Amino acid sequence: MIADLANVRTRELLANLTLREVKGRYKRTALGNLWSLINPIATMLIYTVVFGYFMRVQIEPSPTGLDVFALWLMCALIPWGFFAAALQTGLGSIVANANLVKKVFFPREVLVASSVFALDVTTAIELGVLMVALMLFGQMVLPWLPMVLVLLALLTLMALGFALVLAVANVYFRDTEHFVAILLQIWMYATPIIYPFTYVVRAQESLNVWLAQWDLSFPLTTLWELNPMLHFTQAFRSVLYEERMPSTTDLLWCVGSAAVALTIGWYVFKKFEPRMAEEL
Amino acid sequence: MSTAIEVVDVSKRFRMYKERNQSLKASLMRGRRAKYDEFWALRDVGFEIPEGTTFGLIGENGSGKSTLLKCLARILVPDTGNVRVNGSMAALLELGSGFHPELTGRENVFLNGSILGLGKKDIESRFEEIVDFAGIEQFIDQPVKNYSSGMYVRLGFSVAINVDPDILLVDEVLAVGDASFQAKCMEKFADFRTAGKTVVIVSHAMGSMRTMCDHAAWLEHGRLVASGPATDLVDSYIDKTHTDRPVEEAVHETGRHGSGEITVERVELLDGADESVSSFRTGEAMSIRVHYRAHQTIERPVFGLAIETIEGTYVWAYHSRDGGLDITSVSGDGFIDCTVPRLPLQPGTFDLTASAVDWTTQHTYDLRRHITRFDVEAGEPRESGGIVAMGATWSPIKGDA
Repeated sequence: MIADLANVRTRELLANLTLREVKGRYKRTALGNLWSLINPIATMLIYTVVFGYFMRVQIEPSPTGLDVFALWLMCALIPWGFFAAALQTGLGSIVANANLVKKVFFPREVLVASSVFALDVTTAIELGVLMVALMLFGQMVLPWLPMVLVLLALLTLMALGFALVLAVANVYFRDTEHFVAILLQIWMYATPIIYPFTYVVRAQESLNVWLAQWDLSFPLTTLWELNPMLHFTQAFRSVLYEERMPSTTDLLWCVGSAAVALTIGWYVFKKFEPRMAEEL
Repeated sequence: MSTAIEVVDVSKRFRMYKERNQSLKASLMRGRRAKYDEFWALRDVGFEIPEGTTFGLIGENGSGKSTLLKCLARILVPDTGNVRVNGSMAALLELGSGFHPELTGRENVFLNGSILGLGKKDIESRFEEIVDFAGIEQFIDQPVKNYSSGMYVRLGFSVAINVDPDILLVDEVLAVGDASFQAKCMEKFADFRTAGKTVVIVSHAMGSMRTMCDHAAWLEHGRLVASGPATDLVDSYIDKTHTDRPVEEAVHETGRHGSGEITVERVELLDGADESVSSFRTGEAMSIRVHYRAHQTIERPVFGLAIETIEGTYVWAYHSRDGGLDITSVSGDGFIDCTVPRLPLQPGTFDLTASAVDWTTQHTYDLRRHITRFDVEAGEPRESGGIVAMGATWSPIKGDA
C-alpha cells in the first residue's frame, strides 16, 4: 500500500472516488448533507430515551463534573457508527463496482478505501458537532482535537483492514454482507457503548459467585477486553468525555489492532485481487 | 522495429460452475467450493505486436479475442505464460463505465480520467478538448443521468481517447454515436497511428479491420490459427468462415408486401457456368434469376432488384424498365435473369431485395426485402477496402523521384 499510495495518480484516484462517494450519497434528497447529522441525532435521542431514562443506565460523572448520558453515549457511539458503516459499505464496494472492475484496470483497493474514507468525512462532521456540544457543557475539548484525529485515523486503518478482507469474501460469497449485519449487531452490544464497562465487571462477579458452587470461574472481563472496539471507544471517551489521555493499554490496543488488521487485510486482498474480475 | 506487446504462451482457464454457488451454506454442505468444469478460453497463444502498428484480433464469437484483450489490459491474469507491455496503456472496453449518474459531466470527466490513469493536471489541460470532442458543451454541468445514451458514450469515448497512451486497446466500441461522431473517431485513430502509437482492435467488422490494421492475429477456440499481415489474414479468415456457413441458412427476409397479382417465388444466384451458388468472388460473373408466378395476365410488369450491405448501406438498384425492357405481358410461372458480367463488389456480405411492380412503378405486386443473402470473397481486382471494387489503377509518379 505504501508503494501504491506513493503513486500520485493512485492518490488522485482515491481522492476522486472518495469525492464521488461523498457527493453522490445525499444527491436528490431535500435535506442533502444534513442527513449525516440527522441520523446520529436520531440514534442519540432513541438511545438516550430508552437507555438513559427508561432503563436508567448508571454512568459515572467525568472528573470534570460532566454527567450527561447523551454526550457520554455519543463519545463512543459515533466511532462505533463509523466502524460499522465502514465495514458494511467497504465490504460491498467491490461487488457494487463490478462493472468497473471487469472493464478497467486500476488498483482495486482504492474502491474499498474510498468508501471507508468517504465515511470519515461524515464522521468528522459528527465529531465536530459533538465537540461543540461538549464545549457548550463547559468541557475544554479543543486541546484534545489532535488526539481525536489520531484515534480516528487509527480506527480508519483498522476498519479498512477488516473491510478489505470482507470485500474479498463478499466477492466469493454474497452471504457475507448479511452475515456481517448480524455480527455487527452482536458486536455493538458486546462493546460497552450504551452501558459502562463497570456493568461487565459486576456481571462477572455475580456469574462467578454462581459458578463458585462448582469451583469454577469465568473471565468475562478479560474476554470483553479482547475486543479492539472496546479499547477504541474507551480511548475516544477518555479524550472527549473525561478530558484525559487514554490509558496506555487502550492506546497500545488501538495501534496494535490497526496494524494487525491492516496487514492481514492487505495481504488477503492482494492475494485475491488478480482473480476478482472473473469471479464477479 | 521494437515490440509494444509481447504475448508469450498465454493460457487462460475459466471455471464453469455446475451450480454457481455463492452462498456459504451450499459451500459448507459440499465441503469445499462448488464443483466446476474447466474451460480453456486461451491456450498457448503467443505473438508479438510491433510498436506503432495497428493490430487486429479476429475470430468468431467465443474464440477468446475479448479474453485475450482483457489479459493484455491486465484485467485478467493469465494462468500460464505472460504478457509483456512496453509503454503506457489504456483500454476502451466499455465507454463511460465508472460514470456516476448523479454527478455532472464535468465531475465525471475528472473521475473517469483518474480511473483511466490521468492526473488532475492532465485532465485540466485537456478538458476543453475532451468536451469539445464529445460535443456536449452546453450539458457539461448537468448530471449525466440526464444524458442521452449517445451523449453518454461520446463523453466516455472522448475521455478515454484523450488519455493518450502509447498503446490503446479497443473492443468493438468503434460503432458509437452518429455518422459524424464516427468519422471524428476514425480521424482520432488515424492521428493516433500517425503519432506512432500502437492500437489493438477487436472487431467483427471485417471490412474496417482489413483497411485499418497492419497486422492481425486469428484465434479459433482459444488457439492461435495464424498471425501476420492483416490483409491476407482477413481474407483467409473470411474465406474460411464463409465456406463453413451452411447454404440453407439463407433465410433473412425482413419484409414482404404487395397486392399479389404477381408473386416473386424465389431468387436464384448463378455463377458464370449457370450453377446455383451463394458466394462469389470479386470480378466474377453473377446472374440473378427471379422466379415469378403471375396469378392473372398482367400487362407491362417491371421487375426490380436492389443490393444492400449487411450493415444496411444501399449499394445498387436496377429495374427492368430502366434496363430498357418492355415486357408485353406475363401469365403463369416463369423467370427473368439479370446478369452482372464482372461483380464490382469488395469482400463482404450482401442482401438482395427483389420486386415486381407495374409500369408506373407506383403499384407494387410483390416486394420481398432481403429475399436472399450472398457473400463476396476476395478476387480480382483486389482493392484495399470499402464496398465497391472499381478496377482502378495507379500510374507511376510524374515528378522527381
